[in-house]
Amino acid sequence: MLKINNLHAQVEDKEILRGINLEVKAGEVHAIMGPNGSGKSTLASVIAGKEEFEVTEGSVELDGEDLEEVAPEERAHKGVFLSFQYPVEIPGVSVTNFMKTAINESRKARGLEDMPAKDMLKMIREKSELLEIDRKFLSRSLNEGFSGGEKKRNEIFQMAMLEPKVAILDETDSGLDIDALRIVANGVNKLKSKENAVIVITHYQRLLDYIVPDFVHVLHNGKIVKSGGKELAMELEEKGYDWIKNEAVV
Amino acid sequence: MDLKDKLISSFMAFENNVDVEHPVHDIRSEAIKNFETKGFPSKREEAWKYTSLNNLQKIDFSIFPKQENTLEYKDVKRYFLHEIDTYKIVFIDGIYSSFLSETTHDGVDICLMSSALTKPMYKQIIDVYFNKVASKDESLTTLNTAFSREGAYIYIPKNKMPKKPVEILNFATGNEASLMLQPRNLVIVEENAEVQIIERHQSLTTNEVLTNSVTEIFAAESAIVDYYKIQNDAASASLIDNTYINQKGKSNVNVHTFSFGGKLTRNNLNFYQNGEYMDSTMKGVTILGEKQHVDHHTLVHHIEPNCESHQDYKGIYGENSTGVFNGKIIVDKIAQKTNAFQQNNNILVSDKATINTKPQLEIFADDVKCSHGCTIGQLDEDALFYLQSRGIPKKEARALLMYAFANNVLESVRIPELKGRINKLIAKKLGVNLGFDL
Repeated sequence: MLKINNLHAQVEDKEILRGINLEVKAGEVHAIMGPNGSGKSTLASVIAGKEEFEVTEGSVELDGEDLEEVAPEERAHKGVFLSFQYPVEIPGVSVTNFMKTAINESRKARGLEDMPAKDMLKMIREKSELLEIDRKFLSRSLNEGFSGGEKKRNEIFQMAMLEPKVAILDETDSGLDIDALRIVANGVNKLKSKENAVIVITHYQRLLDYIVPDFVHVLHNGKIVKSGGKELAMELEEKGYDWIKNEAVV
Repeated sequence: MDLKDKLISSFMAFENNVDVEHPVHDIRSEAIKNFETKGFPSKREEAWKYTSLNNLQKIDFSIFPKQENTLEYKDVKRYFLHEIDTYKIVFIDGIYSSFLSETTHDGVDICLMSSALTKPMYKQIIDVYFNKVASKDESLTTLNTAFSREGAYIYIPKNKMPKKPVEILNFATGNEASLMLQPRNLVIVEENAEVQIIERHQSLTTNEVLTNSVTEIFAAESAIVDYYKIQNDAASASLIDNTYINQKGKSNVNVHTFSFGGKLTRNNLNFYQNGEYMDSTMKGVTILGEKQHVDHHTLVHHIEPNCESHQDYKGIYGENSTGVFNGKIIVDKIAQKTNAFQQNNNILVSDKATINTKPQLEIFADDVKCSHGCTIGQLDEDALFYLQSRGIPKKEARALLMYAFANNVLESVRIPELKGRINKLIAKKLGVNLGFDL
């Protein structure tokens, strides 16, 4: 489904990703772990198409199509979703209307009519219940004055609405208390299917107790230095990242 | 002959058509003398530093239309707030159109300045209010005063509120190659009365039009006035709007200015607070492109204690457009406990667009809260990426962010159909087809 080949990316002449190889198949959950500054968030942004990052070598392919020339919104239409580490506050645009606009723009791109208002409301109701989101919350301005937990829950709500093929969760666990973490993880698990894939970016093992990965990759210095099963995450939790860093140097 | 000379010599022709024995004519005669001495303002004056009237003065404007022109309602319907029922005071090339208007004398007077200035039954009110808050010194205001004859006259007696909003529409047909218009409006809202007014100037062709308008508003104790100015005129139309507001205690006057079009627009908006516990609100959304120019000059004079003023102007400037915001707040020594707020936020979406913004605070009292802030920036790239990553195309994402930026100014529009209209105008101006029912 998603294939990353020898990906190199830089921002303002500073190379951050130095040759990443990763293949994610439908139905899989991958976790990407690694110390601060290892390039995790950059990788997420590059997959979603942020223009600030320049891909200097390698490629990102979705279902065999090279995404290099594909704009962020078109990637979204094709099924890429990024749950932001720091969702942007947009005063003056309500959550509901933002979602309506996003869904109808995606439909327009696929040559479909706007979703009938009745269906839209039904979908919003179902998905907000899944994430235990209060209806009042939906009429508030997007992310404005939301707590950390509310922001993350809202990100997964958007994921539920947009039904992506590949969802990248960039540190979705940061800023969440244990109850919010459970709700968010539960939401992600319910959205998971044989047809889609999830990439979980995290520092800690904690989230992986709830969203159990098939594969764990350790990113260091812009490269995947170690891959393994879910037991690798436990090992990292226990020993920290230093032994990996040392191993990488060797 | 330059425009000033032409205007002065036209004054004699004007006098042949008005009652020179009426006391108002003394006011006109004084006013033309002031204009003759001062002439048009030049860029050497601080208040006109960024707005030049030189090019306009080179145009050979007709001072009066040669003939009476007519319009079919179906051809101009879209300029009316036709979704709801309104009173309408309509002028075509400066001349009242009874055909397009809907006036009333049913408990309130929503009618014509020409009647008010000539009929004996209005004389007492004219004596008390006419030219009492408008400047007797500022040259363009006095130019309008000199030629004051027609416009809207609105009188709302104590405790009354008209059944529906009032629209003042000034159409220019383009039957003259270039035409100068000088409407003069008078709005009197007595104690505890209320009114909603929508004003619009619309040129229907590409011929040059210059409108030099003066509106005087008197809000008595506890009166409420909502005034909406829609400035979305043709690229060959210029407007100098001089609005003077005299407020008394506990009154509430809100002026919204939506500037989306026109060649050159200058808004001189002046509030005088003669009483306590009142509120004055000035809000504006400016969205410009091409070589359009808008200059907002506001003045709030806090004369007595315990009053508030709120200013919030948002500007989005594209292409080669230029904008000016100059907000002056004067707090007199006795005007303690004044709360005066002023915000001017701007987004430049083109490298060639310019905004000059200047707060001007003159505070003589010591126990006041006055704040001002101005920002000039670009659209937030992170926010843009966030919206795009959800499938919203870049152009629409930009429009959405610009709309969101201006949105809080729209929140206080109290006529829902008008708000809907302005939303559509904004979407059109931003070149997107998004239903902004956000």
